[in-house]
Amino acid sequence: MKSTEEILAAIKSALPDASVELILNPSVCAQHSLLLAPKDAVAVASFLRADPELALDFCSNATGVDWPGKEISEKVKVTKLVDGVETVVEETVKRVEPGYLEAVYHLFSMKHGVKVSSDPAGPPKPVVLRMRTVNRTDHVELPSLTAVWRSVEFQEREIFDLYGIVFTGHRDLRRILMWDGFEDHPMRRDYVDPDDYEYEPTPHDEVLKRAEAHKTGVVP
Amino acid sequence: MAVEPNLKIELGKQGVFVTTISEIYNWGRKNSVWPMQFGLACCAIEMIATTMARYDLARFGAEVFRPSPRQADLMIISGTITKKMAPQVVRLYNQMAEPKYVIAMGACAISGGPFKQGYNVLKGIDRYIPVDVHIPGCPPRPEALIHAFMTLQARIDAQPLTGEDRPRHLDAEAQSLFPIPVQGAHDLEPPVNRLVWPLPAPPDSGKSTENRG
Repeated sequence: MKSTEEILAAIKSALPDASVELILNPSVCAQHSLLLAPKDAVAVASFLRADPELALDFCSNATGVDWPGKEISEKVKVTKLVDGVETVVEETVKRVEPGYLEAVYHLFSMKHGVKVSSDPAGPPKPVVLRMRTVNRTDHVELPSLTAVWRSVEFQEREIFDLYGIVFTGHRDLRRILMWDGFEDHPMRRDYVDPDDYEYEPTPHDEVLKRAEAHKTGVVP
Repeated sequence: MAVEPNLKIELGKQGVFVTTISEIYNWGRKNSVWPMQFGLACCAIEMIATTMARYDLARFGAEVFRPSPRQADLMIISGTITKKMAPQVVRLYNQMAEPKYVIAMGACAISGGPFKQGYNVLKGIDRYIPVDVHIPGCPPRPEALIHAFMTLQARIDAQPLTGEDRPRHLDAEAQSLFPIPVQGAHDLEPPVNRLVWPLPAPPDSGKSTENRG
């Protein structure tokens, strides 16, 4: 089995124009992943499936991740004129890193079986693909990979339902777990569930906070 | 107007059988409570086990699980009620003919259970329909379901046929249909039917003598 770096090299040689990026996972599991640009995603996915050496013909899992925007404060050294003398002053600069939504796909090869594991001793590791949206609000489209792996049809519906990523090219993109008239995306970080904490006989932790907030009318 | 038990035994020894209308009526009712055949989650597996040979719910006259709400007397809420499913559960309950009873089986059916904080789980079916017997457990064992069933039988047996506490099907004024919640933009609307589920009193601290168990 090829390592993620080798898979990246194979993609680069087959599709030189495709923009694919390697995302390293520094933890022990070292489960590196490939970040696909949405415009090239279907071409790269088709290659991964069609290439006889890789033959990644089984997408076992597709899920979403919500990366909310975060405020980062950095200390920057700035040269300033203080009393006519140029001095180096440390200033705290705040900037907001925009958030995005991510779709993650786990691929295996049925053709090659367990042999494809990059670590022969361990369990088979999936090849991980990622795609990112532009932001979390209005540009949330990603290309659907249903044309390559039919099995992601329901899972992309689930991602659409729970995270709000719109998969273009999906032929039946409806909510799957929640009802059609539901407007929120419950797995997003900023989802607030309905305030029905009027009766909590054994409140604790988060429930205690919400129950007290319900009583006092102050939403945390 | 019950017959005195000792007199009844005495008369029985003489070959005279004495009873009352309500006794024989309730005896017939309590021994042919047919449950509705539907399961919601893992509690349904225990419910199925209860009907099979080892636990044999048929001993209590409840072996006939009816696939139609029109023919069923008892609704066993066996599992998690998702907010997507709740309107259908209430609708099925409305379609059942009186007399009808509800057993809320397991932690999810009585309060939401381990999924209580989930975005899609109803915090107990008693928010929308009246429940006769609650059984705790996750899931309750078949013995617990049988106990709930026997509790229901005892309740049916004790019901007077006249007066305030008479069964709903003998009371022309009694409410038999319950509003079906609508799936709204953020939650079920209304989130709770206050006529069925008045806001329970907050747990009183310390001086509670009654065990509400």
